[in-house]
Amino acid sequence: MDYMLMFYETQEDFDRRSSRDHSQPYWAGWMSYVQSVHASGLVKSGAGLQPPSTATTLRSSGGKRHVQDGPFADTKEQLAGFFVIDVPDLDTALAWASRAPCAATGGVEVRPVLPPPAAA
Amino acid sequence: MAARSSGDAAAAVARESYGRLVAYLAARSHDLAAAEDALADAFAAALEHWPRDGVPDAPEAWLLTTARRRLHDRWRHARVEADAEPTLSIVFDELADAPAEARFPDERLKLMFVCAHPAIDRAARPALMLQAVLGLDAARIASAFVVAPATLSQRLVRAKTKIRAAAIAYEVPGEDEWDARLGDVLDAIYAAYGTGWDDVAGTDPAKSGLAVEALALAAMLARLVPHAAEAWGLVALLAFCQSRAAARRDARGDYVPLHAQDASLWDRALVAVAETALAKAASLAAPGPYQLEAAIQSAHSQRRLGADVPPAAIVGLYDALVALQPTVGALVSRACAVGEADGAAAGLAALAAIPARDVETYQPYWAALAHLARGSGDAVTAERARTRAVGLSSDAAVRRFLLAAG
Repeated sequence: MDYMLMFYETQEDFDRRSSRDHSQPYWAGWMSYVQSVHASGLVKSGAGLQPPSTATTLRSSGGKRHVQDGPFADTKEQLAGFFVIDVPDLDTALAWASRAPCAATGGVEVRPVLPPPAAA
Repeated sequence: MAARSSGDAAAAVARESYGRLVAYLAARSHDLAAAEDALADAFAAALEHWPRDGVPDAPEAWLLTTARRRLHDRWRHARVEADAEPTLSIVFDELADAPAEARFPDERLKLMFVCAHPAIDRAARPALMLQAVLGLDAARIASAFVVAPATLSQRLVRAKTKIRAAAIAYEVPGEDEWDARLGDVLDAIYAAYGTGWDDVAGTDPAKSGLAVEALALAAMLARLVPHAAEAWGLVALLAFCQSRAAARRDARGDYVPLHAQDASLWDRALVAVAETALAKAASLAAPGPYQLEAAIQSAHSQRRLGADVPPAAIVGLYDALVALQPTVGALVSRACAVGEADGAAAGLAALAAIPARDVETYQPYWAALAHLARGSGDAVTAERARTRAVGLSSDAAVRRFLLAAG
């Protein structure tokens, strides 16, 4: 069963990425996690994302298009990356979620992936 | 103030008597879920009445009477609706005859055996016991076990339905089944302590929230079956582990391994509980895995306190443990002990004997491999293993510790 793990980080986490004192442990933690997930052979796809300051959000309503700088939702934690993993059950997906470095700072949302639509 | 003290009284009675009341009601109604619901209603009623009318002289009896009335009402209702079988009235008669005095038989042991019955899904047993005997709420248990609250609730409901549908008996098993069934109860309590050997170090604060509850369960069990050596062994093991809780983190919240812990931070009262329990177990002359694990923890503690415990003695205890129970956790721990006693190369050889597929996601294996490979001068293997150990760790402090090592 495919689950998406969505990694949410705080602004402090995003700041750590380029901080002189904190970037090394930040990246070492994530790289170790990413390598371990890959080593387990579960990964369908995945990527890390640039910080939310680089986001652009588009909405269109009543024939009018709105393009805004910034992420979709103005929340304290923002999406920082994701994995789609193939695991037997939710418990296993949660076990992997619990190992993500951001579990201790932001959070990890775990959601089952929709199966592809049946061919017509 | 009155509201507060009666609320406190309800809380105190809840802690002391929850399991006794549930066990008593369930053993007679043969319906654990209904017993829990009725008792929850009774506690809610207590919170409403006691602040107004004062705490009754015998709060337990008051709760029992109220819960029994709820159970009775529910059955009468069910009978009108579904014309339930005549057995219900028999059950009810028995219930109505039950004593309402302050003292009623302690049937928590029967309840524990029901919760850890072989017919119940093994994965559900620890949670079932924590909920039924101690009254812990499902959300807290779910967080400690890293399962979705909805999943856990389903498992608990399924388990309780099974207990009722399969008419699992509320009884203490006979001599022929005794060892296996008691083993199941001990395993469930042990699983409630952490989620297995890997967390016996107690590194995860979210899990250690349940550690105290599990220790309470183990102590309760040992008092109920004082002749069972392994029950005392489990008390000793959990008490040793728990005695170090305050020493596992330094002032900055960083992880402190056992050999670097400040032993003055250990809870001496708990160490004494552990040593007493271990001595009690030994006096019963029936060795078993929990006693061996406790003896290993005792040796570690003694050594840290300056006693001359040769590393080979610890390996000997692990050899005995592995002979009884070759779990991945025991095998990895044994390899570390071998590394300590006979050098890193010997420890690595012991690790290499463990099947690779058993350790793929087992964090302590990779941490041990990193440590032993570093000790034997194999920097490449050490670094690769450390990466895996960090990536598999669900504890930020352990992650920091491993990243800083070497």
